[in-house]
Amino acid sequence: MPFVVELIISLLIVISGIFLLVGSFGMLKLRDLLTRLHAPTKASTVGLGGALIASMLFFWVERGSFTIHELLITLFIFLTAPITANLIAKAYMLLNVDPNTELPPSNQDEGWSTFDPIGAEGYDPSEEYQEKET
Amino acid sequence: MIEYALNFGFICVGLALLMNLYRLTAGPTTADRVLAVDTMAINAIALLVLFGIGQGTAMYFEGALLFAMFGFVSTVAYCKFVLRGDIIE
Repeated sequence: MPFVVELIISLLIVISGIFLLVGSFGMLKLRDLLTRLHAPTKASTVGLGGALIASMLFFWVERGSFTIHELLITLFIFLTAPITANLIAKAYMLLNVDPNTELPPSNQDEGWSTFDPIGAEGYDPSEEYQEKET
Repeated sequence: MIEYALNFGFICVGLALLMNLYRLTAGPTTADRVLAVDTMAINAIALLVLFGIGQGTAMYFEGALLFAMFGFVSTVAYCKFVLRGDIIE
């Protein structure tokens, strides 16, 4: 294996290790969940991406056949990370944020979608269900 | 040189997993624990990929892909359960 390729692979592995460590340390250190959500994005982009590119280069030089199937994991993680973060933030807001005091008004008949409806006067969603069932 | 880099990477990922484990056990809210499990899945994927480089086989790639898929599905399922009280409505 040429020295330059070995150097590049080692450098990618070291960078990905540092970024994974920093991402998890940020999740340990930051204040509350909505700031903590910020930290693991480093781990999932540069951390995992560096390791996967290093693996791709290593097997290319080692076996002589170039495959891109490591990019499948990168693509999958990049596609799913925003969905995961959005759902975690929604779950946190439902359990820990008071929509009456901590959020701006939604200027609609309904409140914000994660919470129970609070806007229209006298609107109770359970009544609607009872009418449909009978 | 790759061996030393791999050892450094293993140490970093191990420490990261320990930090996630602390957040998983001591996280003040439910969402913190879900986030910790999600980050643990990402770190486990990185650990599997680095281990595959160390062993010289491409066999661990399938394991990493499975971790990616099931990590995502489990996180979404748990968040959906917290949000709606049901997973498949």
